[in-house]
Order: sequence, then structure tokens, then C-alpha cells
Amino acid sequence: MCAARGITKSQAARVLVFFGEFMEGGSMFKSAMVGLLSMLAVLMLPQAAQAEYADVVINNYADAAGMRPAVFPHWYHRIRFRCKVCHADLGFKFKAGGNKITMAKIIDGKFCGACHNGEISWSVENCGMCHSGVPGTPTQIHGSTVQRLVAPTYKSLGKPAK
Amino acid sequence: MKTKYFFLSVLAITALLVVGFNAQAAQAPMKEVKSAKGKVSGANIFNRLLKKDKQRNAPPAEDGIHDPANDGTHVLQPPLIAYDGLPTTEFGNYVDWVKSLDDGLLKPRYDRFDPTVEPLVMDLDIVREVRASMPDVVFPHKPHTQWLHCSNCHPKIFIPQRNANVISMSAILLGQKCGVCHGKVSFPITTKSCTKCHSKPKPADWKPPKSEASLKNPWR
Ligand code: HEC
Ligand code: HEC
Ligand code: HEC
Ligand code: HEC
Ligand code: HEC
Ligand code: HEC
Repeated sequence: MCAARGITKSQAARVLVFFGEFMEGGSMFKSAMVGLLSMLAVLMLPQAAQAEYADVVINNYADAAGMRPAVFPHWYHRIRFRCKVCHADLGFKFKAGGNKITMAKIIDGKFCGACHNGEISWSVENCGMCHSGVPGTPTQIHGSTVQRLVAPTYKSLGKPAK
Repeated sequence: MKTKYFFLSVLAITALLVVGFNAQAAQAPMKEVKSAKGKVSGANIFNRLLKKDKQRNAPPAEDGIHDPANDGTHVLQPPLIAYDGLPTTEFGNYVDWVKSLDDGLLKPRYDRFDPTVEPLVMDLDIVREVRASMPDVVFPHKPHTQWLHCSNCHPKIFIPQRNANVISMSAILLGQKCGVCHGKVSFPITTKSCTKCHSKPKPADWKPPKSEASLKNPWR
């Protein structure tokens, strides 16, 4: 609701704290606190993942090295580049986690490092821009049809009877 | 004074709405319902398996895979801001990427450095007859070559020869053939997207072939 146009929950929380201070005093303050607390309690509830379609979580090594998993947003990049740039020119395979990306390769100008080098895009020292995943999230392509199935993928009988 | 009470009630109502909304959306754990007639199984909830998106195109900090405790997460762009003004669809990113390109609303680079390089577009439709009652499949090279390179598909995913490839819905759902991209990054497979691929209507006199078991059925 409050997030409809990109206002994050923490921003909403900050606004509420401001309200709390604004209403200082007496029973009004108490009721403000009740509202505030119930709001905060709601924000703490566990949330089902509902990330943007085609966001890729890459976590072959990150967790083990004490970093948050990397999250690659397809939507953001496809507004700026055609698939061909990454999947033909730069050789990204069509497989989440299948490219075995490491920081050594990135600073060598491969994979993300072909662009995140301070020339085409911001440089690698911005660790938190890529390493933004919830710790422990497995490698995946988020929101895929397979992930959303209710039962495991249907396997056909093979050749239909003639 | 009055404004303060007004704020308070707005606050309380908002909180209540959020609580109600979340409680409804979060998969309620099974609980036993006590009634006058004794204990009843909590399993008989209306939707046992259907999961709906609580919110389309959620901003990163609320999308469940980005960590809100990471400061960088709050610098990332919320998708809805970027999608403003683009044609919409009912699935995937809820953006019609093909139309956005055709209408010149987006100009993604075809070359990493040079924004003026034009893609190598080929306009060739391949019709694949479908054995079932679904409309036949038309594979259009045009939207594909606007985004991709021939080598993304040929020869690893498809032999470049009409009907040389065995394609089925099961293979697609297993992530092969068209399913290498569709259902992952390009538009997904949902009830609302079937006719994007299945776009050529069957002849008026077309009837589904009968299965052998039905033809041989002695009780028919
Ligand atoms: C452009 C995006 C990007 C940036 C910026 C970035 N990384 Fe990474 N990093 C990745 C990706 C992708 C992986 C592969 C993740 C995996 O498979 O677990 C990775 C892997 C890692 C790994 C584990 C693999 C290895 O190389 O040992 C560590 C540790 C790491 N990054 C640390 C950092 C640090 C520290 C910074 C900031 C100086 C940083 N990263 C900045 C994208 C990035
Ligand atoms: C800026 C670079 C970039 C662009 C542009 C890009 N991708 Fe990707 N793609 C990636 C990365 C990175 C991965 C994850 C690879 C990994 O985890 O090793 C990926 C993974 C994939 C996957 C694998 C999903 C799976 O099955 O696990 C598919 C399919 C895919 N991309 C399709 C596309 C399509 C279609 C487009 C164009 C609309 C596109 N990509 C544009 C970088 C890009
Ligand atoms: C073909 C070039 C290219 C490649 C390859 C590439 N990026 Fe990017 N990326 C960009 C550009 C350009 C931007 C926009 C930079 C800006 O806003 O100044 C960007 C922005 C981003 C953002 C920020 C999105 C936002 O909301 O602002 C993230 C996160 C990101 N890239 C992650 C990655 C990761 C992880 C990889 C490797 C798996 C990668 N990128 C590979 C070009 C690339
Ligand atoms: C998204 C994947 C994809 C891309 C990209 C793609 N094709 Fe195809 N192509 C196909 C499919 C699917 C068929 C049909 C195969 C079948 O019917 O078994 C096909 C068929 C063909 C055929 C055979 C036509 C015939 O009449 O027999 C040729 C030639 C061809 N493609 C050339 C190209 C060229 C040249 C490019 C690049 C400009 C290209 N393709 C890009 C998927 C692709
Ligand atoms: C290599 C990746 C890839 C493969 C394989 C692929 N597609 Fe696509 N397809 C795309 C991309 C990218 C688009 C652009 C629209 C989008 O991303 O949603 C697209 C768009 C389309 C469209 C046009 C939708 C429109 O809005 O006009 C149709 C139809 C389609 N694909 C059918 C197929 C069929 C049928 C196959 C298998 C024979 C197939 N595709 C295989 C990547 C692929
Ligand atoms: C990405 C494109 C695409 C989408 C989306 C798609 N299909 Fe298909 N479908 C195909 C192709 C390609 C075939 C194989 C045609 C052939 O035999 O050459 C096929 C075949 C079929 C068949 C015949 C049985 C079989 O497996 O060969 C049925 C039934 C079918 N599709 C139903 C659906 C339904 C229902 C949906 C929507 C939920 C859907 N399809 C969405 C591409 C698509």
C-alpha cells in the first residue's frame, strides 16, 4: 500500500517515528505508540518472496565467503542492453549460477566486470549494490514458471500413440 | 487538537488495514477451528495451493530476496518507477517489452559501447502445427532477432531448419527449447500468455484426433 510508488517500508517506519515524536504527551502519545507498534509488528512479519520476474540470485560462493548473495536484475539491464550484449558478446551462459562468476574474474574485466568498471557503469567497490541478497538464498532465477508450479514439472509420455 | 485526532485515527486505520492485508496474504498456518460441534480440521481452507502475488513489481527492499538490512538495497531502483509509461501485459514483468521496442519507447544497446549500432533483424515466421486443440504456434524471428543474436539459438537450442526440432509443452516447462528463455526471462507460461505463441487459429473444420483407447472402447 504505502509502497505503491517505491516508498520503502523503512522510510514508512521513519515517517511513523516522526509522527510519534510529533504527538508527544498524554494519552494521545500512548495511542500513537500503539498504532506505531502495531505497524512495526506488521513490518516484522515474515514475507513471501515476490521479487521482480527474472531477478537472478547468484550464490555459488558468496555465502561461504561471508558476503550476501549477488542479485542480478534482468529488467534493469534489458532496458539498457539487448540480451545479445551479455549472452552472445560477453558469453554469459543461459544458466543461473552456471557461469561460475568470482571477484577475480570480475576485476579481470569478465562477466559483470565488462561493464562495472567505472567506464560503462559504476565500479566494483560498490559491493552492496550487487551483494544485496538475503543471506542464505539459494542460486535461482526468481519468479520463473517452474518456481511457481504447484506440482513438479509435468513429464509427457513421450511419443503420442500413433 | 482536531488535526492530531485525525492523524491518530488515520494512523490506526492504516495499521489495521495493513494488519488485515498481511494476515490474509501470508499463508495462514493450519490451525484447528473450534466450534460447538467439536474440533474440525483446519485443512479445509479455501485455497490450499493457489499463491497470488501480494504486490506486483515490489520495490527491492520489500521483494523478499533483497536484504533490507543492506544499505545498498535502498539505492536500487524500484521497477515501477522505470516502467512508468511503458505498455503493460498481464504476466512476467507486466511490461510488453516487444511493443516498447517497436514503439521506440526503449532503446537498449545492441553493442556494449556504441549506442548507434542497429540489430541484425530477420523477419521470418515459422509455423508449427500443434497436435492438440490449441491454435498452431507461430515462431516470429523478428522480435527475437531484435533482442538476441542468431548464435543464442542456432545451433545449440534449435537446428536452423523448419520442423527439424522436436518441441513439446513438457520440454518447454522443463526449461528446454522455447523454455530456455520463456518462463525465465522472456514472458512466462501462464494461462494469459498461451496465445502469444499459440496465435494461428485452427481451420474451422478441425477436430481433435481421438485416442486409440476411445476408438477401441467396447462400452462406447
Ligand atoms: C557488479 C556486481 C558486483 C560487485 C560490485 C561486487 N561483486 Fe562480489 N560477486 C559478484 C558476483 C556475481 C559473484 C558470484 C557470487 C556467487 O556465485 O556466490 C561475486 C562473488 C563474490 C565473492 C565470493 C567469490 C569469490 O570471488 O571469492 C566475494 C567474497 C565477493 N564477491 C566480495 C565482494 C566485495 C568485497 C565487493 C566490493 C569490493 C564485491 N564483491 C563487489 C558481483 C559483484
Ligand atoms: C547485462 C547483462 C545481461 C543482459 C542484457 C541479459 N542477461 Fe540474461 N543473464 C545475465 C546473467 C548475469 C545471468 C545469470 C548467469 C549466472 O548466474 O551465471 C543471466 C541468466 C539468464 C538466463 C538463465 C536462466 C536460467 O535458466 O537459470 C536466461 C534464460 C537469460 N539470462 C535470458 C536473457 C534474455 C532473454 C535477455 C534479453 C531480454 C537477457 N537474458 C539479457 C546477464 C544478462
Ligand atoms: C553489459 C554491461 C553490464 C554487465 C555485463 C553488467 N551490468 Fe550491471 N549495470 C550496467 C549498467 C549500464 C548499469 C546502470 C549504471 C548506472 O545507473 O549508472 C548497471 C546497474 C546495475 C545494478 C544497479 C541497478 C539499480 O537498481 O540501480 C546492479 C545491482 C547491477 N548492475 C548488477 C550487475 C551484476 C551482478 C552483474 C553481473 C552478474 C552485472 N550487473 C553485469 C551494465 C552492466
Ligand atoms: C530465439 C531463437 C532464435 C533466434 C535468435 C534465431 N532463430 Fe532461426 N529458428 C528458430 C526456430 C525455433 C526455428 C524453427 C525450427 C524448427 O521449426 O524446427 C528457426 C529456423 C530458422 C531457419 C530455417 C528456416 C527454414 O525455412 O527452414 C533459418 C535459416 C534460421 N532460423 C536462421 C536464423 C538467423 C539467420 C538468425 C539470426 C538473424 C536466427 N535464425 C535467429 C529460432 C531462432
Ligand atoms: C534465447 C531466448 C529465447 C528462446 C529460446 C525463445 N524466445 Fe521467444 N522471445 C524471447 C525474447 C527475449 C522475446 C521478447 C519478449 C520478452 O522478452 O518477453 C521473445 C518474444 C517472443 C514472442 C513475441 C511476443 C510478442 O509480444 O509479440 C513470441 C510469439 C515468442 N517469443 C515465441 C517463442 C517460441 C514459440 C519459441 C520456441 C520455438 C521461443 N519464443 C523461443 C526469447 C526467446
Ligand atoms: C513460448 C511459446 C509457448 C507458450 C507461451 C505456450 N506454448 Fe504450447 N506449445 C508451444 C510449442 C512450440 C509447441 C509444440 C508445437 C509442435 O508440435 O511443434 C506447443 C505445444 C502445445 C500443445 C500440444 C502438446 C504438446 O506438448 O506438443 C498444447 C496442448 C499446448 N502447447 C498448450 C499450451 C497451453 C495451455 C499454454 C499456456 C499455458 C501454452 N501451450 C503456452 C509453444 C508455446
